Amino acid sequence: MNINLTLILQMIAFAAFVWFCMKFVWPPIVNALAERKTKIAEGLAAAERGHKEQELGAQRATTIMKEAKTKAADIVSQAQKRATEIIDEAKQDAREEGARLVHVAQAEVEQEANRAREELREKVATLAVAAAEKILEKEIDPAAHGAIVDSFAKQI
Amino acid sequence: MASSETLTSQEYIKHHLTNLTFGNHPEHGLTFATTTEEAAEMGFWAFHVDTMFFSILLGGLFLWLFKKVADKATAGEPGGAQNFVEWIVDFVEDNVRGSFSGKNPLVAPLALTIFVWVFLMNLMDLIPVDLVPYLFQKVASLFGADPHHVFLKIVPTTDPNATFGMSLTVFFLVVYYSIKMKGVGGFVGELTLQPFGKWGLPANLMLEGINLLSKPVSLALRLFGNLYAGEMIFILIALMYGHSIVMSISGGMLQLGWAIFHILVITLQAFIFMVLTIVYLDMAHQRHH
Repeated sequence: MNINLTLILQMIAFAAFVWFCMKFVWPPIVNALAERKTKIAEGLAAAERGHKEQELGAQRATTIMKEAKTKAADIVSQAQKRATEIIDEAKQDAREEGARLVHVAQAEVEQEANRAREELREKVATLAVAAAEKILEKEIDPAAHGAIVDSFAKQI
Repeated sequence: MASSETLTSQEYIKHHLTNLTFGNHPEHGLTFATTTEEAAEMGFWAFHVDTMFFSILLGGLFLWLFKKVADKATAGEPGGAQNFVEWIVDFVEDNVRGSFSGKNPLVAPLALTIFVWVFLMNLMDLIPVDLVPYLFQKVASLFGADPHHVFLKIVPTTDPNATFGMSLTVFFLVVYYSIKMKGVGGFVGELTLQPFGKWGLPANLMLEGINLLSKPVSLALRLFGNLYAGEMIFILIALMYGHSIVMSISGGMLQLGWAIFHILVITLQAFIFMVLTIVYLDMAHQRHH
């Protein structure tokens, strides 16, 4: 337990160790620690940003979906309206066409009836003349009395 | 060992407390001391081979391990060794940040070196007291040395030279930074002009001088005293071996208990040395009043 040269040698050794530690050991380790700290902070910030962006995206998606739904509903209602219109128009057209057809048919029927009446009248006249000839035989001169018979036939 | 017929308990203890000293003996010339008295006769210019060897070995181990990690230090995911080293570095850095308010790139590496080095040197205390000296004696006797005159103390911190070596280096740093930060005048003023003002100069000088000098002395003696006492108890426990079975078993239990308790002591002493160094350097950097 003597104090001797060991004391000075120990001081030198200690100083050398501290110098070496300060020069080569401490800085790289502390730098690595600091660098990792920044990296972690950046990572956390990025995660936070990502989270916010995701929220925004979700919000945007909801808005777009709402808009799309409204648009779709509009389109459907418009289409329904258009369909009703088309049906109505078609009904109207059909009604008009029907009326026209009925009209034409009536006219034709009338024409036909007139023609038939005319024919009938002529036939009746002829028949009447024939009948009268038979009844009157020679008493009536078809030429002299034709006008009377015609007027008579016309009254039928 | 304790029971060997050639050694009394007294001789055994004395043997264990003597360093392997190399120096110039007035009668035998440049040689290893073979007795405690011879070691004393060598005077100041002898040195303790065991203290130097083990302290430099452990300091080298510390720096080698930490340098290896520092070279491969990455900001990414740390491996096992880096994790361990970072844990210690973080712990030391926390302590420095907590106790040291100034800016000095020396303080943190200094604290780290003290903490790990002192811890490793203290750790040697947990190796059974007779193991390494016994092996060393066997080896030395191969070279023709008398095993009873071959000394070996493997715990450098039980040698006041080692603890004072560190505490004096810290003391010089304290004085250096005191003068650097406050100037010679400021430092001298701090020593002489307070607490009683300039009329109480002698009293101030005495109080502050004792205050200043007590720092390295208490720092060194605290570490030395704790470890010396701890080692002494290990030696005393070792004396119980070989007397009887009961004594040997109870000695083994005692040694185990004391060693477990000592784990706390050696860590605590390394921590205290580090923290006090930081605090003393912090005081050196601060202006008073």
